[in-house]
Formats: sequence, structure tokens, C-alpha cells
Amino acid sequence: MSGNRAIAEAVKLAQVNVVSAYPITPQTSIVEYLSEFIANGELDAQFLQAESEFGAMSACIGASSVGARVFTATCSQGLALMHELNYVAAGLRLPIVMAVTNRQLSQPLGMWCDHSDAMGERDSGWLQIYVESCQEALDTVIQAFKIAENRDVLLPIMVCLDGFILSHTSEAVDVPDQKAVRAFLPPYKPDADYNTLLDVKKPLAAGGGCPPGYTMEFDYKKYEAQEKAKELLRKVDGEFGEAFGRQYGLVEAYRCDDADVIMAAMGTIVSTAKDVADKLREEKGWRVGVLKLRSYRPFPKQEVLKATAHAKALAVVSRAISYGVGAPVFSDVAATMSHASKKPILLNVIAGIGGRDVAQKDITVVFEKALKAAETGKVESEVEWLGLNKSLVGG
Amino acid sequence: MSKPYWNKENFPITPNIRNPGGSLAFKCGQWRMVKPIIDEKKCTKCGICITFCPDDAIEKTAKGIIEIKYDYCKGCGICANECPAKAIKIVAEVGESCTTEG
Amino acid sequence: MKEIRFHGRGGQGAVVGSEILADAAMREGKYSQSFPTFGAERRGAPLMAFTRIDDKPIRLRCQVYEPDYVIVLDASISQYQDLTSGLKPDGTVIVNTPLTAEKVKEAKIATKGRICPVDASSIAMKIIGGSILNTVILGAFAAATGEVKLKSLFEAVENRFPKPVAEKNIQAMKEAYETVKSRGDCSV
Repeated sequence: MSGNRAIAEAVKLAQVNVVSAYPITPQTSIVEYLSEFIANGELDAQFLQAESEFGAMSACIGASSVGARVFTATCSQGLALMHELNYVAAGLRLPIVMAVTNRQLSQPLGMWCDHSDAMGERDSGWLQIYVESCQEALDTVIQAFKIAENRDVLLPIMVCLDGFILSHTSEAVDVPDQKAVRAFLPPYKPDADYNTLLDVKKPLAAGGGCPPGYTMEFDYKKYEAQEKAKELLRKVDGEFGEAFGRQYGLVEAYRCDDADVIMAAMGTIVSTAKDVADKLREEKGWRVGVLKLRSYRPFPKQEVLKATAHAKALAVVSRAISYGVGAPVFSDVAATMSHASKKPILLNVIAGIGGRDVAQKDITVVFEKALKAAETGKVESEVEWLGLNKSLVGG
Repeated sequence: MSKPYWNKENFPITPNIRNPGGSLAFKCGQWRMVKPIIDEKKCTKCGICITFCPDDAIEKTAKGIIEIKYDYCKGCGICANECPAKAIKIVAEVGESCTTEG
Repeated sequence: MKEIRFHGRGGQGAVVGSEILADAAMREGKYSQSFPTFGAERRGAPLMAFTRIDDKPIRLRCQVYEPDYVIVLDASISQYQDLTSGLKPDGTVIVNTPLTAEKVKEAKIATKGRICPVDASSIAMKIIGGSILNTVILGAFAAATGEVKLKSLFEAVENRFPKPVAEKNIQAMKEAYETVKSRGDCSV
């Protein structure tokens, strides 16, 4: 089944109460499957028609505030349209789960994969998990509800899957048994004295105005919650592994232990890179590794430091651009390493923008550049635009 | 080998479309798998097909005859469906020699 | 790992064909992956779909650049693009056409590889009663390459279509398979 179908199956297994979403390529079939499941009774939930993504997130905030387990999906312009509400959802500490089929933000207009959409939300308080397979998409959505609804977290989570590359690719997916999922993920039970819960027996006004004396402290609590989420992510992933035989971690350090150089990336680029790493090790004897950043928010600082401390060079691949400074994932990695006593040379690589294919040869180039940096002790350029058409642009 | 359309000197700053009517150069009629044929004898020249054609692929010529613009007709069949005189027939598109013997 | 590229027009079922092939391979205990070229979806426009089949988990998620096999549902697409571009030197191309392999080469429908022509359109018209031949050509693929068993393709088709439709497709697939098999090795 496709990544989109896998997501829909997971939402069905999670037995959500409310779905409110607006169609946008390449997310559309997630919502089509869900409305089919609801219409034919496979999923006992309410589908709230929305007139836009802003409407959809408004409905999700409302529904979550009355204690419903809520799901939505979007990407690109739709995610951008939700932007101000994303901060509201996080601020009201609502455990909404959203699938984001990563797609570029206009302009230029395009429907193809890059991470610019989710990058725009990285400071919102939402957790962000990037998956590399359709199976992982299904598993992560189920895990997401458990993490989000935990009292120590109570933050919304976006499960990010590469638009088209995963959403529209079909592969074998094991769909877990409903009973087993129910045992792993019981129904959402908000606490009327703690959560944002609209309850006529305990009336409250959600989201009061806040004077300067308290905003920082409320934000601090959100910050703390994301820190606590790291532990929850590990725990829930471990429990999932016990229950279903699959677990993923906050990061996956693939053949990093003895690597001279490592490539860090998110999403499907990681999947192809693992294949390339194996090939290069076998055919060229290069000691290369791949660091999958699965949890992007919260950023897995300890795991990144641990996996890369011994490496001579670390190429950080971002599938998005941070104009004016470089690229977002690189910035986060560099910040993480700023106090490290021992750290690799960092390469800032931008790849896969606007759906540009990141093929085996491209990944080989990244490893080549990392090895060169390791050898020479310096990087060729401040930012490496992988596959840039130099006949059109550039100095 | 033709010269590339763009180079460093003329690559624009945004993908704006500066040539009006550029879509005319795109002969989407090539996508067609069936085509409409108008029987002039039955045609009453009411123009309903022109109104309904989603692709603006039917026109009334200066002589007042209704003609399909086969460069753009994608073969959806709506014209045949709507024609009150049943003057439009949908036939299989005969491909290039690669789909027929010899 | 084997990589297969399908060429068709939107609406001809190339994408479904790539999925059925992936499904069939999965039923044989193999790992498989299928995806279309990701673009504006429109009927009639040329498109490609891909299937990867392997004995171990498939981690490659980039486009297919050097297919082992090419399956052409609509030969008229050859006027817009090189259908055998990137085909591995020992690759096979299965073409839906009434022409012979020699004529296919002459008409530049396929310019390299081992050419296996099959008149899937006629078989589809005769047995299924329609012009959709994506399953039919898979029957020919099974015979020409041995990459997947006919039985697995049948199961995939039964899983996907309602019984009466599936039965007709299976019959047509059998005929395409036998047609290709009876010719012996596809000529170059």
C-alpha cells in the first residue's frame, strides 16, 4: 500500500474521534481513505468538512479541546495557512496528530518534495518526526498519539513523510491488529483539571490573555515538555517494539561506529543513503555512515553528539533552505556541537529541493566531499548546493 | 543538438510566464485516444458543442461551419454527449504507423 | 534487484500495472516497491511508472535511471521520448504492438535491448472487451522475463478487481503469456 494509505490505516487503528482536513496534493488520498472508512463504518469518527486548512486546524483545536482524539493532514501552502493556529494548538497544549506529506512552499510553485513546509513550523512547539518508509509512517502515527497525549508532553505532533516519494509509493506494509493497537494505545483520557478541556461541568475559558509577567513561564513549560518528550519518544518506541517487533529510535546511527565520515539527513534521502553507504564500503572501502535524524523536534542533541564525536567529518543534508544563513538542519547540528570538546568538520549540504531527485550518485558526491574535508581539514564551500545547475546560476 | 534555452546571463529571477498565449504551442490533441467527427449534414450550427467544450477546442469558422480544432481536442466526448442533433460521432483515434501494420 | 519502467498515457493503467507487478512479487516472498512519475495527473499525457523487485528490503527511493526491463503500453509515446533510454545492455523491452521486433526497431519505438512485441491491445479487446491492457502486458512480461510467476500475477489481479473483471483479465493474461512463450525467446 502507499504511504498515504498506511497513514489512513494507522489513523483508523488509533480509533480517532474526529478528522478535519482540507485536500492538497499529495496528501489528498489520506483524507479520501479516511472519509471512506468513516462512511462505511470501519472508523467510528466524525468527519468535519473544512473550507480551508485554517478551518481544518480550527476544527481540530475545537475538537481536541472537548477531549476528542483528533487527526488532520496537510502540507505546503496548507500547512502555511495553518501557521498562526499551529502556535495556538501548541500553546493550548492539545495533542493533535497531523501527517505532513512534505511539499515545497510556493514560489516557485510546485507539488514536489522538500521540507520547506515543515521547517516553517519548527519553532511552533509541535514535535516533528521524519519517517523513511511507508511502514514507519504507519507505526509512527500510532506512536504519535501515545506520545502527544501523555501528561508530560501534551503537545501536538506532525509526522512528516516525503511528498510523493512516500505518499505515492506502494510497498509491503504490515498492518497491526486492531486489538493489539488498542492495548498499546488506549482511548484519550484528558484531565479536566489539567488539560485544556471544555467541560460544561467545569467551565473554563481556554486561552486567556497573558501579561508579560507569565508568558515566558508558560513557554518554558512547553519547552520542558519537548525535553520530556525525548524520553517519551524513546519509551513509547521501545514499547511499540515490544508489542509489534519494530522500533526506530530518535536517531538511527547506521554504520557510524567506525565511520570516518557521516552523512546526517531526514526522510527518504536516508533510505537511499544507507544503500549507497553499503555499496561504497564494499566497493571502495570507504568508512562511511549515515545518521538518520528521525526526531527533528525535539532535536536529539545527545544522540547526535554521541554518534558523531569520533567522526572526522559530518555532512549535514537539509532538504530546505534557510535564506540569509544557510540551511536549517545544519544550523541545529552546528548549535548542538557548539560546546562539544571534540567534533567533526561540518559540511552544510542543501539537496532535494523542489523534488530534485537525490540519487545514488548524488549521495556519493556528499561522501566524497566529506572525505575530502576530513583529509584537508577544511570545507570547499560554506554551503554545498547538491546538484545545482551551474550553467544557470552560481559564481 | 539545440542550444539550451537558458544560460547564466538570461536565467530569470522567478518562473514567470512572459509569453502570452504560450499554451497554444502545446498541442494536447496528441493525448487523444478517441476523436469526435461532426456530420455536417446533421449539424444545425446551434453552437451548444462550443459552449460545452471544456478545452475551447471547437470553433465556428467565418463560413459559419462548426469545426473541431484537432490540435487541442483531447477526445473527452462531451460535445457528442450534448449535441441535440446527434451530429457528432466518437471514433477510435487511429495512431501513427507504429500502432498498425506496415 | 530488478528495476522495471512502464511507459503509458494517463488513463491507460500504467500505474496500476506497476502496482500489480509489485503486489505479485510480494506474494512470492520478495520485496517490492512501485511508484509513478510524480507530476500533474492528466488523462492522455505520457507518464512513467516504476517497480523495483528484490530479495532483500529495498532502501533505494530515488528515480529509476537504468531499468532492467521496460514495458510499453502505448508505442505512440516513442515520438516524444526515447523509451529505451537507460535500459541496461542486457535489458528487455516488452512493447504493446502488432509489429514484429524488427519493425519495432525500424520504427524507432525501441532502439536497444531484447525486444519482445505482443499485441496486447488486440488480446484485451478480444477477451476483456476494452482497451485497457495493463494486466495483459504483464502476462507477456512474465513469459519474456520469468521475473514473476503467472500465478502470482493472477492473485494480485484477483485481489484488486471484482471477480468477473478479474476472471477476464486472467484469461487475457494467460493468452498473452502463451503467445510470447510459444514464440520462444524474444528476438532482438
